[in-house]
Amino acid sequence: MSGKAFFIDTTLCTACRGCQIACKQWNQLPATKTTNKGSHQNPMDLSFNTYKVVRFQEHMGPDNKPVWYFFPDQCRHCVEPPCKEASEDDAPDGIYLDSSTGAVIYTDKLRKADTKKIIESCPFNIPRADEKSGRLSKCTMCVERVHNGLLPACVKTCPTGAMQFGDRDKMVTAANARLAQVKTRYPRAQVTGIDDLRVFYLLADEPKNYHLYASVDVAPARMDRKMAMKRIARSLGDLSREWNIIHKLAG
Amino acid sequence: MTNHWIDLRNSDCILIMGSNAAENHPISFKWITDAMKRGAKVISVDPRFTRTSSKADFYAALRSGTDIAFLGGMIKYIIENEKFFKDYLVDYTDASFLVSEGFECKDGLFSGYDKESKKYNKATWAFVKDEKGNPKKDPTLQDPRCVFQLLKTHYSRYNLDTVSATTGTPKEDLLKVYEMYSATGEKGKAGTIMYAMGWTQHTVGVQNIRAMSIIQLLLGNMGVAGGGVNALRGESNVQGSTDQGILFHILPGYLSTPSPAWPTLADYLKRRPKSADPLSANWWQNEPKYMVSLLKSFFGDAATPENSFGYDWLPKVDTGKPYTWLDIFDEMHKGNFTGFISWGQNPAASGANSKKTRAALAKLDWLVNVNIFHGETSSFWKGPDVDPGKVKTEVFFLPCAVSVEKEGSITNSGRWMQWRYKAVEPRGEAWPDGEIIVELMNRLKELYKQDKKAIFPEPILNVKWDYATEGKFDAHKLAKEINGYFLKDVTIQDKTYKKGELVPGFALLQADGSTSSGNWLYCNSYTDKGNMAARRTREKEGIGLHPQWAWCWPVNRRIIYNRASVDKFGNPWNKERAVIRWDAAAGEGKGAWVGDVPDGPWPPMLKADGAPNPATKYPFIMKPEGFASMFGGGLADGPFPEHYEPIECPVEKNLFSAQLTNPTAPTYATSDDIYKSCDPRYPFVGTTYRVCEHWQTGLMTRWQPWLLEAQPQLFVEMSHELAKLRGINNGDRVLVESARGKLEAVAIVTIRFRPFTVQGSVIHEVGIPWHYGWVYPKDGGDSANLLTPSTGDPNTRIPESKAFMVNVKKI
Repeated sequence: MSGKAFFIDTTLCTACRGCQIACKQWNQLPATKTTNKGSHQNPMDLSFNTYKVVRFQEHMGPDNKPVWYFFPDQCRHCVEPPCKEASEDDAPDGIYLDSSTGAVIYTDKLRKADTKKIIESCPFNIPRADEKSGRLSKCTMCVERVHNGLLPACVKTCPTGAMQFGDRDKMVTAANARLAQVKTRYPRAQVTGIDDLRVFYLLADEPKNYHLYASVDVAPARMDRKMAMKRIARSLGDLSREWNIIHKLAG
Repeated sequence: MTNHWIDLRNSDCILIMGSNAAENHPISFKWITDAMKRGAKVISVDPRFTRTSSKADFYAALRSGTDIAFLGGMIKYIIENEKFFKDYLVDYTDASFLVSEGFECKDGLFSGYDKESKKYNKATWAFVKDEKGNPKKDPTLQDPRCVFQLLKTHYSRYNLDTVSATTGTPKEDLLKVYEMYSATGEKGKAGTIMYAMGWTQHTVGVQNIRAMSIIQLLLGNMGVAGGGVNALRGESNVQGSTDQGILFHILPGYLSTPSPAWPTLADYLKRRPKSADPLSANWWQNEPKYMVSLLKSFFGDAATPENSFGYDWLPKVDTGKPYTWLDIFDEMHKGNFTGFISWGQNPAASGANSKKTRAALAKLDWLVNVNIFHGETSSFWKGPDVDPGKVKTEVFFLPCAVSVEKEGSITNSGRWMQWRYKAVEPRGEAWPDGEIIVELMNRLKELYKQDKKAIFPEPILNVKWDYATEGKFDAHKLAKEINGYFLKDVTIQDKTYKKGELVPGFALLQADGSTSSGNWLYCNSYTDKGNMAARRTREKEGIGLHPQWAWCWPVNRRIIYNRASVDKFGNPWNKERAVIRWDAAAGEGKGAWVGDVPDGPWPPMLKADGAPNPATKYPFIMKPEGFASMFGGGLADGPFPEHYEPIECPVEKNLFSAQLTNPTAPTYATSDDIYKSCDPRYPFVGTTYRVCEHWQTGLMTRWQPWLLEAQPQLFVEMSHELAKLRGINNGDRVLVESARGKLEAVAIVTIRFRPFTVQGSVIHEVGIPWHYGWVYPKDGGDSANLLTPSTGDPNTRIPESKAFMVNVKKI
């Protein structure tokens, strides 16, 4: 599989949030008004003006000491994006795959599409709409930087090497190699997305301990990918509502 | 830092204690990550489980203010389990030195304590000397009066039970940390410590660091790659500001501020101890060259041998009188100042006991604030509970350029002086700081010149003041002045240096007025070869010293005390991570050191055949005897670190002695100085800290929308147990209150704070960041320093902002 990919090694992420800020800076996105909700995480979620957010989750670990997981959440740039399929009836050119990188890019033509349908199609709960204009936004893979030989802004700013970016096959190799390295310290470690996404996360623990939508099992047995994605997309409407309820409770 | 940031990657075990590097020194984790990939272990010891702890191999919690108990237990463990590096200890430290018979530590007090003055007479804190005047030694380390045995006895009380009952750290966690870290005592292994304000901001701040220095010496970790004692500085240039003498007690280059103890230059130049041992370099014996060169730099041609190079024009401090931050604001509060220039700082939010600081500012006639934004200091007169009509202080605000709008150097924690160019012109009326200073002095000189009745005008009129080019501050001129010039033709060892040449290194500075240097430590930084700090060549291979990248004091030495990284033959303890090594074939067959710039050119202590080399010098060249000090005779509060509780503490008893708190710690007596220990109104330990997203008082970062978005408001972190006790839910607004002030904050209820079991009782601790202030944002909260007390370390008087007592309740 050609094109590019991110490899995000959460075992190296210190949640400095350089990536979150660099994303806002490069894309010149305004800050949202936030308050402290009893967490270091802020903003509490992605938004039309927030393409990337580092999610914080704390749990009691097996040795009765806390663990604190950090999850830099962003669009996974699916190889076969359900959002693209969801937009094809209303806005055929609304979403395209960048030919050199494989980045999933939303265009202005997406205005014609049913935003709710697109949002609900995403297994990872990524796209966000602008309440006024109804437009959708999400991570662009900084394609304009990548086309000019630069790293995406978030990767460029990461001090620890938690964020990597490059040719997809090289990222696959890097992710697998790193997984082998960390298995001793984190026996439950896993890499997500390596088969069908362009963002791979190395997680030290079960994905659900990082974020509700950290990973979705997109390919159950005896079902092809497209069918699987559709099924997930359908059930996501419920998940999304559930998430909103959880959110309100937390807030 | 004795080492530097990149060198962290060479470590086998990194102890992060008294700092939260992942959040407050985020780039350091680049090098820590490198070390971890190589197999290094990282230990995080902190009252709260932090972003640093989340990455560590092992985390242990301790109650704020109990680090010496924790580390004292480690010293005992290392000695009793023989984890120390014996060759290093005997050859390079004072472990074998015999201590004066009169010295003792009895029930928490060292010999010589005077209750009245709260000070020690240190006469007995000395070594026994032989007939030649050198310290008597017992290389077997068996003599009960040798430093090693005294150390062993002193820490014999620091057993796991007592330490655990004091720190609140479970015994198994103490043991695990001790085992992991003391494994670096093995020859060839390196352990390092990363500390910051979590260790310094205590009434035992200096002794916290001394305790760790003792551990590093016991394990042979000083001078080696991946070792050292590493202070993570809180600002990009705080190392530089200290080097250049910004503190009251030092002139540039760590030369003492003159006082009546040395009424004349001759007295001043005689004050350093002499060594009778020809093998001791005793480097401070060169101080006269540095002091005279500094006076020549200050006063130029006006400084002559006849007028003691202008020594009498230097301000003198009263002997023994502190002029620190705490003391300045105490005097200001008493009305003893008329004016105050607050430059690049925000004391109304940054100093301990903000209520006192803010009240003190109102006692001034005038206040000048030089800053990039208005903050709590320049706006204090319209602050909460202040009636502007009743404040007499006239406030002037001078906007200054930000870092990218000016040229110059900064010196980072690793002692690297790095040149920065100007990216853009300052906006509006903002001036670079250098320009403001140049103009200020120009006006002062003019005023003194015009005023026929001016009192003692010589210091101002005689200051050499030529740092401008076409009327504007010139950073290059100043940098060259700091390096120093030959002021006449000088011949040194057959080589003649011409008048006007830049001095190539401090070994060539002279005490006769023929050289100048604004800071001897920086001599070699800007030479006729160019601006060393502007160099940008990376190392191609090696251990990450990057000798051609920027410049490092002293004389570009990247790891100080590096002559302790080799054995007595000059072979590195660890060949793979050699800092220096003796190459017998180099130097035209005479032998020479290769690698980093060594701590002096002298050959190793032994010749190849094992015979002592009379041309050698001992590795710790800044000490009079040439040996690293485990016995610290010069400090205000004792030669060995001893556990004392913070001035405000949750216990009535110190399990180690009858002495509850540091007997030499300063306290103050204004109406705003209140201290409450074991008071049921303030039952919880409070501490302060920083977050990744804000800087200092937040004066620069609170106006950055993206940073404010990420950390918008003051919060207080607490355990679920404490929250339950007080009926507080996560995200509730709560009141945090000390004997001095109160704050509203958002509660973060977390498993990352756990109650401590201390002396059999449950002790809760809460933590608050100090980056907020009432000026902006309006819903952000105010400074955590409204809670902290005016007390601090007796040596440095850094405030005790890391451990004090508070109450928390739901609003």
